[in-house]
Order: sequence, then structure tokens, then C-alpha cells
Amino acid sequence: MILGIIEHDGVQLDPYGLQMLTFARDLSARLNTSLEAVLIGKSAESSGEQIKNFGISKVHLIQHERLEHYAPEAWAESVIQLLADKKADLAVAAGTERGNELMAHIAAKLDLPLASNCSEISHGDGLEITRLRWGGSLLEETSLRDNVKLLTLALNIVEAQESSANPVDFEAFTPTLEDKDFRVQLSGREENTAEGVTLKTASLVVGGGRGVGSAEGFKVLEELAECLGGVVGGSRVATNNGWRPHTQQVGLTGNRISPKLYIACGISGAIQHLVGCKAAKNILVINVDREAPFFSKADYGVLGDLHEVVPALISEIKKVQ
Amino acid sequence: MNILVCVKRVPDPGTKIELTADSRAVDTSKLGFTISPHEECAVEEAVQMIEEHGGEGTVLTLGLPESDAQLRDALAVGMERGILIETDGSDWDPGQTAKAIAAAIEEDQTRHGPFDLLMFGNESADSGGFQVGIRVANALDLPCITGVKSMEMEDGQLVCKREYGDGWEVYKIPLPAVVTVKEGLNLPRHPSLRGTMKAKKKKIEFVQPEKVSAQLVMNRLRHPAETSKEVEILGEGAAAAPKVIELLRKLEVL
Amino acid sequence: MSELPKHAHAVIIGAGIVGNSVACHLAKLGWKDLVLIEKGPLPNTGGSTGHASNFIFPVDHSKEMTQVTLDSLKQFKDLGVFRESGGIELARSEERMQELRRRMASSKAWGIDSSLISPNEVKKLFPWVDPDVILGGFYTPSAGVVDSLRAGTLMREKAIELDALKVFTNTEITDIAVKQGRVSGISTTRGEISTEIVVICCGVWSPRIARMAGASISLSPVVHQMIDVGPIAEFEDCTEEIEYPVLRDMDKFMYERQVGRNLEIGSYAHRPIIVRPDDIPSIEASKLSPTEMPFTKDDFDPQLEDAMELLPEMLDKDEVEIQYSINGLLSLTPDGEPIIGETAEVKGLWSCAAIWIKEAPGFGRMIAEWMTDGISEIDNHGVDISRLYEYARTENFVESRAEEAFNKTYGIVHPNEQWGMSRGLRVSPFYAREKDLNAEFYETAGWERPYWYNSNQKLLEEFSDRMPDRTQEWDARWWSPIIKAEHLAMRERAAMFDLTAFAVFDIKGPGALDYVQKMAVNQMDVRVGRSVYTPLLNDRANIKTDLTIMRLGDDFFRVVTGGSDGSRDKKWFSDHLPDDHSASLADMTSAVCTIGLWGPRSREIIQSLTKTDMSHEGFPFGSVQEIVLDRIRVHALRISYVGDLGWEIHIPMEYGQFVWDLLWEAGQPLGLIPSGIGVYGTTGRLEKGYRLYGAELDADHNPLEAGLARPKVKSQNFIGKEAYLEAREKEPDAIMCTLTVEDHKSASGELRFMLGGEPIVTLSDGKRIVDRHGRSSYVTSAGEGPSLGKYILMAYLPPEYVNNDNALAVEYFSELFPVRVAVAGGGSLFDPDNERMLK
Repeated sequence: MILGIIEHDGVQLDPYGLQMLTFARDLSARLNTSLEAVLIGKSAESSGEQIKNFGISKVHLIQHERLEHYAPEAWAESVIQLLADKKADLAVAAGTERGNELMAHIAAKLDLPLASNCSEISHGDGLEITRLRWGGSLLEETSLRDNVKLLTLALNIVEAQESSANPVDFEAFTPTLEDKDFRVQLSGREENTAEGVTLKTASLVVGGGRGVGSAEGFKVLEELAECLGGVVGGSRVATNNGWRPHTQQVGLTGNRISPKLYIACGISGAIQHLVGCKAAKNILVINVDREAPFFSKADYGVLGDLHEVVPALISEIKKVQ
Repeated sequence: MNILVCVKRVPDPGTKIELTADSRAVDTSKLGFTISPHEECAVEEAVQMIEEHGGEGTVLTLGLPESDAQLRDALAVGMERGILIETDGSDWDPGQTAKAIAAAIEEDQTRHGPFDLLMFGNESADSGGFQVGIRVANALDLPCITGVKSMEMEDGQLVCKREYGDGWEVYKIPLPAVVTVKEGLNLPRHPSLRGTMKAKKKKIEFVQPEKVSAQLVMNRLRHPAETSKEVEILGEGAAAAPKVIELLRKLEVL
Repeated sequence: MSELPKHAHAVIIGAGIVGNSVACHLAKLGWKDLVLIEKGPLPNTGGSTGHASNFIFPVDHSKEMTQVTLDSLKQFKDLGVFRESGGIELARSEERMQELRRRMASSKAWGIDSSLISPNEVKKLFPWVDPDVILGGFYTPSAGVVDSLRAGTLMREKAIELDALKVFTNTEITDIAVKQGRVSGISTTRGEISTEIVVICCGVWSPRIARMAGASISLSPVVHQMIDVGPIAEFEDCTEEIEYPVLRDMDKFMYERQVGRNLEIGSYAHRPIIVRPDDIPSIEASKLSPTEMPFTKDDFDPQLEDAMELLPEMLDKDEVEIQYSINGLLSLTPDGEPIIGETAEVKGLWSCAAIWIKEAPGFGRMIAEWMTDGISEIDNHGVDISRLYEYARTENFVESRAEEAFNKTYGIVHPNEQWGMSRGLRVSPFYAREKDLNAEFYETAGWERPYWYNSNQKLLEEFSDRMPDRTQEWDARWWSPIIKAEHLAMRERAAMFDLTAFAVFDIKGPGALDYVQKMAVNQMDVRVGRSVYTPLLNDRANIKTDLTIMRLGDDFFRVVTGGSDGSRDKKWFSDHLPDDHSASLADMTSAVCTIGLWGPRSREIIQSLTKTDMSHEGFPFGSVQEIVLDRIRVHALRISYVGDLGWEIHIPMEYGQFVWDLLWEAGQPLGLIPSGIGVYGTTGRLEKGYRLYGAELDADHNPLEAGLARPKVKSQNFIGKEAYLEAREKEPDAIMCTLTVEDHKSASGELRFMLGGEPIVTLSDGKRIVDRHGRSSYVTSAGEGPSLGKYILMAYLPPEYVNNDNALAVEYFSELFPVRVAVAGGGSLFDPDNERMLK
């Protein structure tokens, strides 16, 4: 049996969790086993409604009075108990911050291997796994052979796809937890003061890199983003030079973005940046250098100095708006 | 405040990562090496905390003897002591790595006293397993917070923040603890000439680890399917603007 | 991006500073249909130009290099990319101070304004230098910094503007096609171009590209470490990239230069780190660029300490961080000189490589002129790719010498310094005998040649009183008083010399006479058995080489030239062979070894071994005969480069040692000694005032100025004849003179002996002497004349100085030594009527 652990915010399921369910559904069919979902914490049930469209017949609701706020070790302990109780042989979560954290704790506590950020799984002697290295620039082939297999699924490997709607059977599970399991627990949240869309969720991102040249140079990019209702991001060069705050970095060590259109201005296309934007549906590169590697990863290109192209674009947009 | 920062020596590649002929490793013959970026921030944060609260910084790595170059980098920016857990350079899985590190920490603490804080990168730039810090924390039975992008001491507790959704999660934990951090926590300094010279005189201890068997064996590496696209050039310079407008309309972003 | 053209007049590969410069100069000279192919992006291709430190110090000990640098400087200025900052070469040791004084002489000789300054004066110019760690500085106000990428862009744009050039980036060369020894086209990742001319300007990649055509460019990529440190508080208010002089900490093999608010520190002090061209990473696989390789910081640690010691106030603080550090690649060659010109292997394939930023526009101009007219304004023999023999085109040789050359970059290199690596490649059949005689070997063209024989130590006593010895270490380095003793023993008795390093070419065929007539200035239609010493000219009547040609048959000539010139001369001869194949050239160098036998008793020695009449009448001067020495048939040529009676004996290689032994045994009763090249090339030659190519003879001067003109010009045509006739109409603007040093005593009382390259100046005020064409007077050769008891210098002088006795001096280590013109023009100081040779 496969247990798929899904994050939720009490209202909605995490979209990456749905990707994971889609992937796990296919995997369970191939392994000829069942897939059951796991939701942890309060208000899980209300989020659970969505699940019925994903071909899942059973959802385990891990409930405990102290599980109101996220506590990684308590979650891990809970899943471990559920795994044992259900004799599940595979647990998978999405490769989000929490997903990787949770699964790592489980793996550590069980002294089992964890294959994080997997992209392909096939059936062999055990499980033949392909997982991401270098943010996806390289793939590692490995195998899991233990009785309980732990893995996380890399983000954006599959699109979430609904399946036949099933009636879902919700089953509560109450773990036995100790104080120690709560020594790390979320103690509060701070919302970003900035209003509106963020890099991760924006449907349009305007990025700037070395070619922007300075903090001031980003003004035209901000203006363009504003015209189109998008947000501004920067390459590692831009954030390391202090032209943009690190929170706006797009890349391996910054944000992974997945907009409908990414307009990359003056960015050559270093590997670590490409990792951050490869989920973009469309990429438009504006660069003076036709040989910038980014052009070979882009859908559209404009040759020219961004300081010339972008203002022209803005004035053209303003004309038609 | 005595802080241990665990760093990993990783190759510093360009836009294409070459593999060795047997596809079992990255071809590093033409590459330089660096401390994995998250861990550079961990070192910087440790140095800043020590500057503020006093104490001593220790930097640890597991790898080939030449990983001492990365330890020296950390010593050059203000860490005081280095520990190098020596391997033959083969791929150690996260479990093996964590066990060796935990053992080295325990041994070191018996001689130098306890660490107040153990810092790791959230994940390494190369293998990206997302778990060594957590495994060490479990092995040493310490609380652990991952993905930290802001941290400070408040009333004897460590207050850490990490990104979640559109905002930040806040965690408060007592020390000793394990924290894994992410780039963006700070802007790491470069070593100074003076620091580099001083680093040469600082001590690095070489530790011979006990290698347990691997749980997750890397069979081979490969490149993902080439995603190179045929780019459509819309035009040159300002004259391309009308074509771009067409595109924006087509994609319904305008 | 536009399509590659099907055809181009010439293809230039590489868009670094060199390729751009070549394109620009070819365009300016009227070339059209040029294509520039670049593997990387523009403006920074990823080659060495992109990370160059871009400073220019104009003074070099080499005349030609200084000329090219000055030309480049002018071009950079015209492009508006040069900023004058001044530059100071610092000395921390007394030995280096001496070297700086020697640099003063070079700056004087080549007309560059420089001065020696005290530590406190250095501090005034660069206020953060600790004056206590230095002894002084060599300050050149005209030094400065260029924007080399901008310069490249401007030059490329100029060529495009002239409608001469198309540029293709991201295009990699995959093959160079060669048909019948000629370039026929190139293949690239973007298609093919047919062309008959390809210029390789690929810097560190040049050997790889040349290999595609089956040619070789003898350079090796070598690491030069560089770091960028900052922020420098002292530069906080600086608004320009450079506002303070560039420092060269010569004794530490380092430089420091301001770059905006940072300081760049470079080093040539570390171990030589060779990178093979094939091991340079691709653009995609490079973190920074292919030529900015990962920094190996252990190698740089001592330099950090040295930099902090020199600039303690500025650098020894926590805020100054190392922000960028690389192992930058640059090109080094086996002899430290650039590699310019058409490759010997493939016609139409040109090299313009191993060039520093400071020289690039100048070499661009040089090669463009060369490609256009076959001649460049600045003499190119020292940089000509065809100077390199076969052995010098192999990877192991190149690497070993590049490794050795690396630490000479900032080193104090003695003019006679010998290479240590890759020695013993070519040895004559006499080598074993020479070793037994404890010869001191110097290398020429790969050949090991005795410079003197330590076995002649015993002669010192006999001849010690004729001339004072060199007591100063620098003057005496790479030299021995035994040379003088060998010289005198030759003049009194006889000496044998190993001359196997000669290059020998046989020219045969029905067109042989016409062909050698065309090549040589002097009349070649002589009777069989005669030899002719002759200059060869280029079209501008400048001297291309000088050599001896023997007529061995009606259709058979043998050319004998110096080892240093052989490879270049071979290309010159080969390039001019008649298209109808009526004459052919065979390189006999490896088949012939040569012994020179000279001195008053040489006739007696040789006569004892042969039945041929060796008398003056039977074997007149200048004649060549096949004779049998004991039982070996050899060619004997009655000629002399040392001013004494004797013969060059040309022997089939395998009989060499046997003949050596014959002569040796026959000579012992007559006092025959072995003698080294010190006598042959310096003392003997200078007493006779014989010219040496590369010293007295170069492309800056014509045969009239060199004193090689004969009274009549032959009626037959020859290369450079027109210009030569024209030159003969005019009075020469400079005259090659033999001078003697009148007083060797320096201020300290020690006697000093010049080594060549020093400026000839006015005795009264030490002023530089320049002729109407701006050519300065400097010592082309220097050495003892032991028979005369005089120290001899050779130099070109403007006519007005020739007869102005007591007015001249030579500047040596910042002191003036009076000199006198002993012979003006052709003619010998010793035995002016050649009585010793002609009897």
C-alpha cells in the first residue's frame, strides 16, 4: 500500500500534493497496489473534499489535539505510527520544504533511506528511482529495496490530473505523541507586507540579470511588470550585487517560478538560474548577445539592449492599453 | 556561543555539467570547488552570531583531504577550527554522512565541550538530499529547524523564520539545536587578505570515520532529456516591440 | 543571423583583441570579403582578452618589441581607449636595482621617457607603498591602461564600416581543408567557407586550430594568477578606472593596479601551471569563462603576504576582501616571443598568436602588412613563426620551455642566458669529443654547441696579460676568459670549431642558377668551385638574411646559413622556388657536419691529411673543392668568419667524428686547440667587423647602411633590386661602425663591459642619438678584441657622428663610458687588408 501525504492549509490541498497524488495513482496501478491519502492536522477534512476527484477511495486523517500547528517531528511520528498500523510499504510526499522535511525526519527515525525529489519510478528488483540532482540539471539513478520505501516527488514533474470521482472514505487516526515531538512547532506566521502576487504564483515574471547593470536599471523592469500585472525577479548576479533583495532571486538557491510568461532581460542563462524558471510555460529572452545560452532554452527572443527594448515595449503597451 | 557549521565541498560548474566516462560522477577535472551556497550563508551567519554573542566557530566537512580548502575558506572569514572527516571521495549517502558527522560531533564535544548550535545547509547544491541536517539532529536527539532564512537570539531562544506560501513561518527553539539554512539568510562576505593569511595558521583536525553501509546507492548519473528549444526571434532592438505585443496578446497576458 | 558566405578572401579565426586588430588592419589595407569567425559571444569571447589586466609598460629590452608596443600604444590612443596612469617597476633587491638601471639604458635606447626614483618618490606617486621594503623604482609616466574589449569592438566595427568584414559568433571551427599544401577552406558548426587564407588568432586555442590543418603553433597555455580585492577605502573617491600608477613588484613577480575602487593583484611567481589546449573547458562547462580557470589558492598564498607587505596600510585590514580570483590563461612560447606569420607547413595559413594586450594592435598591423606586401615595417624575424624548427613544434618541447619561460616573465634575464629545459636535442658527431674536452655548451636552434672548452683553462696563463678580465658578475655571467685565450691561440696557432649547427640547403635543377640569382644580391654566375657571401633582400631592399652560397656544379648550388636563421631562411627560399619546378631545394642540414679550421697553422694541418694542393694558389680564397682527408671525401671551403687563414670542412655526418680525430691528431704537434662559438661568433667576428644577422643586419637597415654594398650591381634581376638601386642613389642615413671603448672604469672603479643593446649617446650630455628616420644608435654587438687589446662595440651611427671623434659614449647601468669610432662602414679593425686570410 502506498500512503501519499498531502499538505493543506485547512481550506485547500497543496497543488504539489495533487501532482504527487496524480503520480502516485499511476505508480500504484503499475505496482498493483492501493493508494491511500494522508492528511494531517485540524480542518483536514474540509480540504479533503477535493480528493474525491483524484481516484482515491481512502483518506487517513491524522488528528491530535496538539497537531493544530505544524510540528515536523510530531508529524513524522504520526506518519510512522500510521505506516506501521496500516503496514504500508511506501510513503510519498511532494518535494516541498515540508514534504522533504517530514520525510527526512521519518527516514531518520526509522533509519531508512529517503529518495528525495524523484522524477521517475519503475518497478524492478525493488524500486528503480530517478531523482533530481543539481536542481534537476542532472539525474541520479538509484534503487530502494527496503520494506518501507520513503520518497518525495520533485515538483512540477507531472501536472495534477483528476480522475474518476469516487466516494471517499475518511478514516481518522490518532497517534500517540509525546512532548518531545513538539519541541519544534510553528509558533506564528508573518504575512509578506507586500500586497498582491508573489514570484512563485505570478503568471507573469519580468527577470533581470547582469545586463541590467545596476539597482537603478531595474526601474524599467518594474514598470514593465506593473503594466502587465506581473512581478520582478532577479538572477543570482542581481541579488548578489545587491540590486534586488534575495527574496526576488529566481534560481536554484532562490525561487522556482512557473508563470505563463517569463520575460528574462539581460540574463545569460546560467544553470542555476535556468533551474528556477524551467517551469515557466513560455520564456521570452531579451538579450544583446545572440549567443547567450538562454536563447537555446527560450521560446521567444528579442535581440537588443534591454534598456532600449524594454522602454519601447512599455510605450507600445501603454498605447494599446 | 559555540557554533558548528557543517559544509560540503561541491564543484562549481558552468552552464553544462560534464560527467565522467563511467557516468558515476561529475567530471570535475576542469572545475573549481566551493562551499555549497546555503552553507556559505551558514558560515556567515555563524560568524555574525559569534561577533555578536561571543564564542567560537567550528567548521566541519566530510570528503577528500583536499576539502580542507573549503574549511580554510570558512576559517578565512572568521571560523576558528576545522574538522575534516576524511573519505576516499566516493559518494556517501545521506545516512552514512549523517552518522559519520554525528559521531565526529559527539567525539569532539567530549574534548572541546558542547556546541550550542549546529548549522547545515538546507540541501547540498550537488546531491540535494534535503536530509543530512535532520538525520544528525535525530542522531544527537536535538531539535531541528530547516529552510531557515532569518535567525536571531531572543531571550535565550533562537527565533527562526522560513518562507512558506506567501509569508513566513516563525519557530522558536531553545539551544542546543540544529538549524539548516538557505541562501538569502545573509550576503556572505569574501575572505579578506588578512583573514586568508590567518586561516593558514588555524587548526584542522582530520578524523577517520567509521563507514557504515550505504542505504541509497547511486547507480549512475545522466543528463535530463535535452530541452533545447528552437527560439523564435521576434526582432532586434526597439523595433521588436510590436511583435512582442502580438505575443503578449496571444498568451493573453495583455 | 545571416548565412555564412560561400567564399571569403580571408577568414580570421578568433575575435579577441588580436583577431579584431588583424581584421581592422587588413580592411584598412584594402582587403575585402573578410570573415571573422568566433566560437564565443561578443564582446567578451571567453578568451584571454576578457580577463587581461590591460596595462602597458612600453619599455622592453628588445627593440622590436618596444617598437610594436609603441605602435600599439598609439593605436589605442587613437581609438580613445587608453588612459595614461604611469607605471612603476619596483626593486626590493640590489640586483633588481641593477636591472632597473639596465632598463634605463633600454628606455634611453628606444626613446622612452623614464626615470629611476627613490622609495619616497614612489610613495609620492602611490602613497600606500611602504618605502622601507623597496630600494627604488623605475618610473615610466607614459605607461597606462587600455580597455581592450572596447578596442577590439572599435577595430572590428572599423572593418565592418569599410565594408570589408562579416562577423559570425557562436561558430566553431571544425576543420581546415588543405589542398596541395595550401588552405582551401574551413568547416564550421554553421557551414563551410572556401578560402585560400586563414589567420589563426585564437590565443590559447591556436595549437588546436592549427592542428586541424596539419600545422603547428608552438605555444602553451599557462596559468597566471590574479585576484581582485576591495573595497579599498583609499580609492573611495576615485571616479576613473585608474588614477594611480600601475605597480610592478618585480622582485616578487607581481603587479598591483587600481581598478576603480578595487585593487587587482596579479602574479607570475607561482609554480608554472601548464594547461593543454584540449584541456581548456568549453564555454558551457566553465564557471566564469574558459580562460578564467578555477583559482588554486595555495599557489597564491605567498603573494598575499608580499602584497600586504608592500601595501600594508591599504591591504592589511578586515574590510579588504578577495572578491574575485582566477587562474587566468595566457600563451607562452618556447622562446618567449610571439608567433606571427605564415606557417611553414601550410601555405595561406597564418598565425597571429601568443601576444599580450600591449602589443596586439601593433602585431595586427604587422601581419596585415606582411600578408599584403610580404614585408612589415617593423622587423619581424624574431617573431616569425618560421623561426621554429621541427623539434620546436612538438608539444613536449613547447610545454617544457613554456614552463621555464613562465618565471622569466618578471625575471632578470641575462642577454646570454641559456635555457635549461629540453637540451641536448641535436648534437654533432663531435659531441662525445667535446664533452671529453669539458666543453661549455650553449644552444642554437636545438644544437648543442661548445661556447668555450674548459680544457683550454691552461691557455689562460699563456694569454692572460693581453686584456683585462671582466670582474663584475653581471658582465662575466655566461662568459669565460677562456674565450679570449682560445681566440689568441687561434691567432697564433690554429683552432678547430664545431659549426654543425649550420643549416645547409642544396639547390639543384636546370633553373637553379636563375633561381639563386633572383634570391641573392651578389653575382651568382660564378664558376663552379666558387663561393659567394651575399645578402638577401626583401622588396624594400631591407636585409632578409645573409649567407654563403657555393656553386658545386653548373646546376647545383649549396646554401650555408646560420643555425638561428636556417628555419626562416628555408621558408624564404622555399616560398620563392620557381613554379615550373626547374629548381628544387633539399635540406641537407642533417646530412652534413662542419668543422672550421682556422689560424696560421691550419694549412699545415690540413695539408698533412690530403694530397690536394692546399696552397694559396692551389686553393684560392673563396673557392670550394672536394678533397680527400685521409680516406674521407669532404668539401673544403676556403673562407673565414674569424679573420684567419683556414677552411670550413663540410663532412658527411657519419664520418664526422673520424675526421675530427684526424684533424685533432694532425694538429696536436702544431698546437691546434678546440675553440668555441665565443670566438667564432663574437671575438673573432668583431675584430673583423663581420655583421651578424639579427644584430647588425635587420629589416630596419639596407645593405648600404650595413656596409655590405659592392661597387657594382649585377645586371640580373633579384628580389629588392629596384629599391636597392634607389637606395644606392642616396647617401646612407646611418652607417654601421666598429667602435672601441676607451675607458672601462666606472664610478666605483670597477671595469665594466657592455653586452649589447646599450644606447650610444653624446659624451657631453648623454643625449640619445637618432638618425633622420628616428632610428636610434645602440650597441648591436659587443665583445673583446683580444688581439687588439680593445673592447669592441658595433652600432649604426648617423653620418654626422661618424667623424666626430671623442664625442660619443655608451650608457651602461646609468653610467657613460667614452667610445671611439674605429671603423666606419665595411672594413676590419684587425688586419684591415685581410693579409692573414689571403696568403
